[in-house]
Amino acid sequence: MSNKKIWKIFFLAPIIIYVALLIALPLCYILLISFFKSDYYGGMISTFTIQNYIDVFDQVYVSVFLKSILIAGITTIICILISYPFVIAVSHKHPRTQKILMTLVMVPFLTNSLIRMYGWLVLLRKSGVINQVLLGTGIISEPLSLMYNIPGILIGMVYTLLPFMILPLYSSVSTIEPYLLEAASDLGASKIKTFFKIIVPQTLPGLFNGSLMVFTPALGYFFIIDILGGGKMMILGNLIKNQFLTARNWPFGAAISIILVLITSLIILAYRKLGGKMDDLGGA
Amino acid sequence: MKKVVLKIDHLKKSFGNKVVIKDLDLEVYEGEFLTLLGSSGCGKTTILRAIAGLDPVTEGQIYIDGKDVTKLEPKHREVNTIFQNYALFPLMTVEDNIGFGLKMKKVPKQEIKKRVHEMLELVHLLGYEKRKPKELSGGEQQRVSIARGLINNPKVLLLDEPLSALDQKLRKNMQLELKQLQKKLGITFIYVTHSQDEALTMSDRIVLLKDGKIEQVDTPVKIYEHPNSLYTAQFLGDSNLFQGIVTEVGKEYTWVKVEDTMIKIISQEWQIGDKLDIILRPENIKISLNEETENVFQGKIIDQIYDGASTDLIIKVDKKTINAMYLGNDKLYNKGQMIYITWDIEDAIVLKREPYE
Repeated sequence: MSNKKIWKIFFLAPIIIYVALLIALPLCYILLISFFKSDYYGGMISTFTIQNYIDVFDQVYVSVFLKSILIAGITTIICILISYPFVIAVSHKHPRTQKILMTLVMVPFLTNSLIRMYGWLVLLRKSGVINQVLLGTGIISEPLSLMYNIPGILIGMVYTLLPFMILPLYSSVSTIEPYLLEAASDLGASKIKTFFKIIVPQTLPGLFNGSLMVFTPALGYFFIIDILGGGKMMILGNLIKNQFLTARNWPFGAAISIILVLITSLIILAYRKLGGKMDDLGGA
Repeated sequence: MKKVVLKIDHLKKSFGNKVVIKDLDLEVYEGEFLTLLGSSGCGKTTILRAIAGLDPVTEGQIYIDGKDVTKLEPKHREVNTIFQNYALFPLMTVEDNIGFGLKMKKVPKQEIKKRVHEMLELVHLLGYEKRKPKELSGGEQQRVSIARGLINNPKVLLLDEPLSALDQKLRKNMQLELKQLQKKLGITFIYVTHSQDEALTMSDRIVLLKDGKIEQVDTPVKIYEHPNSLYTAQFLGDSNLFQGIVTEVGKEYTWVKVEDTMIKIISQEWQIGDKLDIILRPENIKISLNEETENVFQGKIIDQIYDGASTDLIIKVDKKTINAMYLGNDKLYNKGQMIYITWDIEDAIVLKREPYE
């Protein structure tokens, strides 16, 4: 083995160990125990069964799946609707202004998202800031119920996940040469036509990347559901969490997790089948 | 009387407090090939973008076919632009790129297909319909971008240094092709370039710009042979400059003292004491081994430069370096050889020295 090769392995080792130990190994473990049986005391019996996967298709759980996908889907769509105008506006600014604005997008990451969720409680609750202002100015006469319901959950989801849509979409939009937009307008395209005919097709990789990064976590962010949904709702994230921590049925929790991984993989696979490149996802 | 298709009236454009175009007036006639020529930073692209409507103007009006379009968006102006870097839509096929303008105008699909076919035939790209821009060479991409502009049948086609990214040979071919295309279709072309060759070869008229102002507007022949300023003379073509003072004015000829030599020029409205610039093009300088009687300088050959079909000579006259040339590539002179240079009296370009210089 040449010297060069040894160095290469030396530098790659931390990443390989990290991925193997903290991602691959636990996933294999989850896959393994999803075929186990649980006993009544939270333990596992290591016999092979696919009963866990059959149980997932129980009507109760299927409805949790559908509800999760619905909430994640709406979250993704709202994020897209907010992000596009934002990144297009940013991309027309002076390079320095662009940097400042994009840094501001990332500022919320500096605080733990759980704490930020509690911050939303202060804003959204019946006696919260938003309702007080709206009542005080006489815009509404009854306080709006902005939390412990679906709008509350969506506010939390969109708020938390928006940067994950903005960042890949921004890097995608900033690769569009300004003269292409000029050419489109020169050839008679309106702003809206230019958006759908030029900008959207060119930013599809970023759009998909962002959607994946919003949609997938949205299926599982149980703490948002717990805090802003008031624990009244169940999505995949809570379901898995409950199976592991409350019901102590690890094999069943593992089976749901594996299905979640499968759904995500299927989406990526579909993207590749449609001609998308994995490179575009990584760097976007 | 030729019909004016585009009129620019007192155009001003500044970016921040930097004035790029200072009070520019220009009329462009229907069916002509007009070139905006100038060095980089002279404002030629700025003018083009103002006509296209891509940038708002600071002051002044632009009329297309008599209609004030100054405030109109690009899509409402009957002009199309050919961008320097082609600006083809990378994800669309050649066909879709060319048909884009018509599609925006909601022309029926069948009609678009027919017109795209005609355009592809015109630019010799039949069979390329389904290709993507990145599968084309630079020259082919340029043809697509020209077809994409022409298909909309614009009143004026604006071309922003469209050939600058092509190699020399291809550029020559495209120059001829563009010129033929323009003649065939009769569409007005406004062509921006910094290359005097391109300007001289292709244009019906050249607008020479300097610091956001028009220096001279004329046909290529006039602008080359009768420049009205030293700047024009030196910008287009090579030139040798002699500076002198009028000492004697006759009916037919005027005598000018250059250094210690008397030079004879054709009389115009010169007066004794006028300071003149006398410009000689290298191709008009004649080399002689015998001393001629008038308009002659003695010089020494410093260098002969092989230039394929022609040869350039560098000649030292006193302290001045003179460029001359002759057709052919035989070595006629030796380095260090003493020769005489002269010229036909009517070949000298004579300008009154601008007072501020």
